[in-house]
Amino acid sequence: MPTHSESDAAIAEILSAHAHLEGPLLPMLHALQEAFGFVPAEAHEPLCKAVKITRAELKGVLSFYHDFRDHPAGKHVLKICRAEACQSVGGTAFAEDLLAKLGLEWHGTSPDGKLTVEPVYCLGMCACAPAVMLDEKLIGRADTARVEKAIAKVSA
Amino acid sequence: MKIYVPLDSAAKALGADEVADAITQEIAARGIDAEIVRNGTRGMIWLEPLVEIEQDGERLAYGPISEGDVAALLDGKIETLGKVEDIPFFARQTRLTFARCGITDPLSLSDYEAHDGLKGLRRAIGMSQDAIIDEVKTSGLRGRGGAGFPTGIKWDTVRLAHAPQKYIVCNADEGDSGTFADRMIMEGDPFTLIEGMAIAGLGCGATKGYIYTRSEYPDAVAIMRRAIEIARDAGILGDDVLGSGRAFDMEVRVGAGAYVCGEETSLLNSLEGKRGTVRAKPPLPALEGFLGRPTVVNNVISLATVPVIFAEGAEHYANFGLGRSKGTMPIQIAGNVKFGGLFETAFGMPLGELVNDVAGGTASGRPVKAVQVGGPLGAYLHPDQFETPFGYEEFDGQKALIGHAGIVVFDDSADMLAMARFAMEFCAVESCGKCTPCRIGAVRGVETLDRIKEGDASAIPLLEDLCEVMVDGSLCALGGFTPYPVLSALRHFPEEFAAQKEAAE
Repeated sequence: MPTHSESDAAIAEILSAHAHLEGPLLPMLHALQEAFGFVPAEAHEPLCKAVKITRAELKGVLSFYHDFRDHPAGKHVLKICRAEACQSVGGTAFAEDLLAKLGLEWHGTSPDGKLTVEPVYCLGMCACAPAVMLDEKLIGRADTARVEKAIAKVSA
Repeated sequence: MKIYVPLDSAAKALGADEVADAITQEIAARGIDAEIVRNGTRGMIWLEPLVEIEQDGERLAYGPISEGDVAALLDGKIETLGKVEDIPFFARQTRLTFARCGITDPLSLSDYEAHDGLKGLRRAIGMSQDAIIDEVKTSGLRGRGGAGFPTGIKWDTVRLAHAPQKYIVCNADEGDSGTFADRMIMEGDPFTLIEGMAIAGLGCGATKGYIYTRSEYPDAVAIMRRAIEIARDAGILGDDVLGSGRAFDMEVRVGAGAYVCGEETSLLNSLEGKRGTVRAKPPLPALEGFLGRPTVVNNVISLATVPVIFAEGAEHYANFGLGRSKGTMPIQIAGNVKFGGLFETAFGMPLGELVNDVAGGTASGRPVKAVQVGGPLGAYLHPDQFETPFGYEEFDGQKALIGHAGIVVFDDSADMLAMARFAMEFCAVESCGKCTPCRIGAVRGVETLDRIKEGDASAIPLLEDLCEVMVDGSLCALGGFTPYPVLSALRHFPEEFAAQKEAAE
């Protein structure tokens, strides 16, 4: 865990690296989440200053987008597609079965902190559905066994 | 010898990286002199990973290849599918926008130029802004994101606007289920999008471009960013585009998981770093877009089609198609189908031919029940409507839309009431919240469909009323088109909405 001053320095560095952009807020938020795994509360005030918005406006942006977190997710994130193309090949039953096997609900994190499961609406894998994305690795024509195997592999 | 293993993320999702690794090891172990090229996908996803081996000037396809097949493949023990161009699914396509996709190394500029890349931009450089816009108008190109607005007219509006800075924004926020053409071209032929945007910049007098894409597409983001760097180093982007003395540069921006940001005004707000709420129009983005400046917002496929229009001429492009739907459309065949993938063809092919013939019917082997065309906001079409030719006006006449041309096939196990409910639920989750018919209507829609499910037939007219309000009163297509899947399901499968009562009793 970085100390406060270390994370303050990291935040300042990220913000200044993106300050020259037109519309820099989303790139800053992505970079912060990339560095910390979530958008830390300590970054709020510097962010507001950097892009000249109020705390309310920042909160509005953070809460609008599904991607941004205010706390760390599990070590690995499994996104299961719930959209129509996946549904057309049994995606709903597959997702329910997988969640049951993992013992997790949508948006849930395993007690050991290793895995968070999230719904996603379309991964662009519609011709090889159903699909999941484990961290940045995609699995097409997914079934519970293959996904469990992939999870075991990254968790090992 | 060259061995092609696609790097497209759908191919990777089916094991292409593992296959490429296995081939690397195997050729090293055997001392075979072979180069592995990671190409884009040819678009026949049921054959992925589709490996092609080029030897003595002949390029033969094998697929699907798994990691375990690699030794046999190199032993020559796996039967070839022949040349990709001869595979029926591929042979009957007209590839204009996707002409290079899957053939070249996506990040090789020399491959790109060897396959007619940059021809269009070079021609555009010698043309006046007027002539560039006229060329696009003559081609008949219409917005491929879904709305079908004539691209040339949009460009002209931006060209004629007076401002110190104008922008070309590429809408690559491809969130519709059943669509993957944007992703496929960004991963498989990124330079064509760059070239198209540069031509748009020259035509409209815009010097800066943005590609706004999805966080769900990490591979496309990485490839696009790398391609932009390569194009910049080669002088295609920058202060002096191919020595023309004119500037154009661009960058990639990544959204954050909000479907509504595929709506152009939400996208612009998001690009500016705001909540992705919809803006009321007017003002049009063409006059007051990104940061209040004149902005072209075009879909990936619209922009990626521009180079071939300039390379081959607008007339050539306009010769394809049907009525006011000119040119080709990359149709994405998805869901429960035997042969899923990207099928680029001139407008006009009947839907039934696409579903039964090209796609080979369902993967499950069961009868086709419904086909959703155009993503989560598109209508469900019944097999009775299969004569409908694939075109903007023709689908409109069926109270349907072609949208971004994704078609998702369902077999007879589909529960149409559940699909209608899902459409409302999705709208409720993804609504930006700006307008009431969408924000509240979607929630009420879910509740009303639950009442119907429980056997309350009096809720059906209520659902119809609600849909009317959403269609007429919503600011954008999310609230305005969510009724399409809902009402089409109700219209074509009324028994699934009415029979619930008996089942409940």
